[in-house]
Amino acid sequence: MKANNNTTIRICMGTGGIAAGGAEVLNAFKKELNLAGIKANIEKNCSMHKVGCRGLCAKDVLVDVIINDEKTTYQFIKSDMVPRIVKEHIIEKTPVIDWVVGEDYHNFHKKQFKVVLSDCGSIDPEDITAYIGVKGYEAAKKVLISLKPEEVVEIIKSSGLRGRGGAGFPTGVKWEIAMKQDSKQKYLICNADEGDPGAFMDRSVIEGNPHAVIEGMIIGAYTIGADKGYVYIRAEYPLAVERLKKALSDARENGFLGKGILGTKFNFDIKVKLGAGAFVCGEETALIASIEGQRGMPRAKPPFPVYHGLWGKPTVINNVETLANVPCIIRNGARWFASFGTEKSKGTKVFALTGKIKNSGLIEVPMGIPLREIIYDIGGGTESGKALKAVQTGGPSGGCIPADMLDTPVDFESLAKVGSIVGSGGMVVLDEDNCMVNMAQYFLQFTQMESCGKCVPCRIGTKRLLEILDRITKGKGKKGDIELLEKLSRDIKAASLCGLGQTAPNPVLSTIKYFRHEYEAHLQGKCPAAVCKELLTYYILEEFCNGCGACLRACPAGAITGEKKKPHFIDSEICIKCGACFDACKFKAVAKE
Amino acid sequence: MVKVTIDSKTIEVAEGTTVLEAARMLNIQIPTLCHHPKLTPFGGCRMCIVEVKGVPRPLTSCTTPVSEGMEVTTSSPEIEELRKTVLELILSDHPNDCMICEKAGDCTLQELAYFYGIKENRFAGERRVYEKRDGNPFIERDMEKCILCGRCVKVCEEVQGVEAIDFTYRGFKSKICPPFEKDLKCEFCGQCVAVCPTGALTGKMWALRGRQKDIKEVDTTCAYCGTGCNITLHVRANEVIRVTSKEDKWNEGWLCVKGRFGYTFINSPDRLKKPLIRIETKDEGRRTKDEKQEGISRPSSLVPHLSSLFREATWDEALDYTAQRLKEIKGKHGPDAIAGLSSARCTTEENYLFQKFVRAGLGTNNIDHCARL
Ligand SMILES: Cc1cc2nc3c(=O)[nH]c(=O)nc-3n(C[C@H](O)[C@H](O)[C@H](O)COP(=O)(O)O)c2cc1C
Ligand code: SF4
Ligand code: SF4
Ligand code: SF4
Ligand code: FES
Repeated sequence: MKANNNTTIRICMGTGGIAAGGAEVLNAFKKELNLAGIKANIEKNCSMHKVGCRGLCAKDVLVDVIINDEKTTYQFIKSDMVPRIVKEHIIEKTPVIDWVVGEDYHNFHKKQFKVVLSDCGSIDPEDITAYIGVKGYEAAKKVLISLKPEEVVEIIKSSGLRGRGGAGFPTGVKWEIAMKQDSKQKYLICNADEGDPGAFMDRSVIEGNPHAVIEGMIIGAYTIGADKGYVYIRAEYPLAVERLKKALSDARENGFLGKGILGTKFNFDIKVKLGAGAFVCGEETALIASIEGQRGMPRAKPPFPVYHGLWGKPTVINNVETLANVPCIIRNGARWFASFGTEKSKGTKVFALTGKIKNSGLIEVPMGIPLREIIYDIGGGTESGKALKAVQTGGPSGGCIPADMLDTPVDFESLAKVGSIVGSGGMVVLDEDNCMVNMAQYFLQFTQMESCGKCVPCRIGTKRLLEILDRITKGKGKKGDIELLEKLSRDIKAASLCGLGQTAPNPVLSTIKYFRHEYEAHLQGKCPAAVCKELLTYYILEEFCNGCGACLRACPAGAITGEKKKPHFIDSEICIKCGACFDACKFKAVAKE
Repeated sequence: MVKVTIDSKTIEVAEGTTVLEAARMLNIQIPTLCHHPKLTPFGGCRMCIVEVKGVPRPLTSCTTPVSEGMEVTTSSPEIEELRKTVLELILSDHPNDCMICEKAGDCTLQELAYFYGIKENRFAGERRVYEKRDGNPFIERDMEKCILCGRCVKVCEEVQGVEAIDFTYRGFKSKICPPFEKDLKCEFCGQCVAVCPTGALTGKMWALRGRQKDIKEVDTTCAYCGTGCNITLHVRANEVIRVTSKEDKWNEGWLCVKGRFGYTFINSPDRLKKPLIRIETKDEGRRTKDEKQEGISRPSSLVPHLSSLFREATWDEALDYTAQRLKEIKGKHGPDAIAGLSSARCTTEENYLFQKFVRAGLGTNNIDHCARL
């Protein structure tokens, strides 16, 4: 479809793009192209794609203008900027240099390697022909027409693909076990629950290239012998759900789903099941319970779902990203895939880079890339320019990697060795303004709230961990609290039923491991990062205070006194530590510690 | 059959047997709280964890099926440490008012706390606070004592088929309750009360009526219907204060609302204890046809008291009288002038004898049963 177009406008319409005004920008382009008197024949040549996420969400709305294969990318575009682009660039053929992306946009992409995301952001996710245009569904054709299930298993096994949903279980092995189960009915489930706070990898893949996931599912289902599939996706992802549903019906219409797919005897169809937004429903046995109409509570394994899964039948559950990798592996070969990554962690991994980082967004990197390259080359370092303290990976199940270990390669084994995990791919950058106790507390709040309540160590244990963390951050910690946290954490990990409880204490253990001194400081009544409110004292530096009275007027508690033009004073007994004076003072005379 | 070794003892068990079941066959004790032999395994309390050779983390014996050659250790310092932590966590969110708890002396949680010697609690913290509210006369639900073992939910669903209660909320606030936290409105079979291992679910009628140690248990058969459930009367000072049923009986310990809670007739002053012989005709106490048609009901002062219609008699007199009247009717009008109507509340044996009496003794086939209605 590109062939007879010489002008293409691409507008970032992922959730990030839409939130930043993508739809308005799109309409503005439509309007301007009409209004600016661009004639019908030009309009015909000009196709407007809605594309999915291209990663750098911090710079949304991103717009590509491609004229005769020459691509210019604009950043931070708002609808009122569109007329100038249409006039100067599309009509007069001179790009608006001021708005073109800078060097960091290119750096952001340089160290990345895109397999799963390769077509995200360049093809229209709502158009099946766009996917077919980039060799989409060729892998499924090849598999269904010319490969035996055993051969597919062999390819996936030798590619070294491991599950991207968290645990890193070898996908080929899982498929092989399911394939060998003697059962008339089997199921394949795509896990798109993605409940980690801050994670949006799977959402972006489905929004940007839903057909890749569907194709992966067709291949997986054929291999294990399943004729029914489910995509379990959270209802809070309306755009992803909409695009997925459209993609499914297009795939059905084009004969990729349904009875006798591609003229073979293979039948397979996919249902969408909406989750109500419980983190624990991403856990595979809870997810199965949820599809069955039960409360999403995990059950003990063994028996594992490959033997005894949905409705008691052999069931394979794979993550979105895992499945999206599959067509690429079939198309390009196992050896190609295995050429990226490390010995035990092959291929690439998508991460959601967030926190105190300059270029936040979605990235895809080869496994084994040193963390340092992700943070500095791709991420551009900390946003504030302040010293980096740690990187938290793996979300609420993960741990933190301190700044002096930034050379750790990012792969399953290396991250596990330093006490963290790859997990589903959250990566939160923390700088010296972050308090590590506070961070552990934040994640514990999440896991405690999301605990399904079934088992004692998780339901009550995480509550007690949280209480201890709470009292430490309030300056009410007791001697022995750190040791108690460690003991309870270890017991919760060992005794909990499912992965949620088994990993929930990780943020606590890993922050104690690398930042014990911060815990100790809190017990002494100090928060080194000046984050924990109860431990702060606000005071006025007399030498900087010129007595303007801004702080006095800002203080809601009436804790500040002082005559005009004379140094003011904060009564710490009255101060409620809201920080209003700190923000109000223009002379940096208010200090906190 | 599958061969497993538990604490160095080997046993062959059927496939699908759980480690806990196999251990119990070997008389090896493993502490449990949420497990109930008649319900599907839950795996929530984590007390029954054991070590399995080759598996890096402890597994719950109540949920884990045995596999060939499995080697299990049911107790080790690590395992006992974990069990102790779990118990302490449960007790950190428990009212711990055993001295006034209905369940004291008969409570699994109390017993485990005793065996594990839990006095101090390292994890003391916030406790759930709930209001008690059900207005029903049968079941007291004290959800502060609930350990969320899920037994009540499962018995209601799997045995009774009612699904009146379920897990709600998440995390520390998780709670078992009827939909939308409304009052319990169900069959009140009390199966949930029977399986609750703590004082969370108890019978309202049992409250403050006596400790288990002062109680004499009398096994008998429920007289309410012909099903003949085995029941155990809990008798204190010659008064039935509670009814339970044993799991190893044919009805597996399950009862209905009448069997479990309907025992107060035993000591009711209205209860008939002697046979009565009618001294006035039936119509005396009835409304006339006209009265009925006009929907008039008599004020209770005008309804004749039982004692003016009947008189008490001895069994000998009553039986002789009945035999004599039956003979008279048969002699005068033939056997088919008599019909026998038996009751669903009689046992099968009683019903058999009754039809035999009517057919062979009285010589008529006019015999029927109230349950055919
Ligand atoms: C609490 C919890 C939440 C999880 N959430 C997700 C999720 O959102 N998405 C996902 O793919 N896997 C999630 N998992 C992992 C799944 O249980 C399962 O291992 C995974 O979907 C398997 O797919 P894979 O082999 O392709 O990784 C979660 C696990 C736990 C314990
Ligand atoms: S570990 Fe937590 S989430 Fe998992 S079963 Fe136990 S209570 Fe539920
Ligand atoms: S009394 Fe019976 S029906 Fe009611 S909640 Fe309990 S088990 Fe269910
Ligand atoms: S009420 Fe009793 S049986 Fe039900 S979950 Fe609570 S402790 Fe278990
Ligand atoms: S008895 Fe096995 S987990 Fe409760």
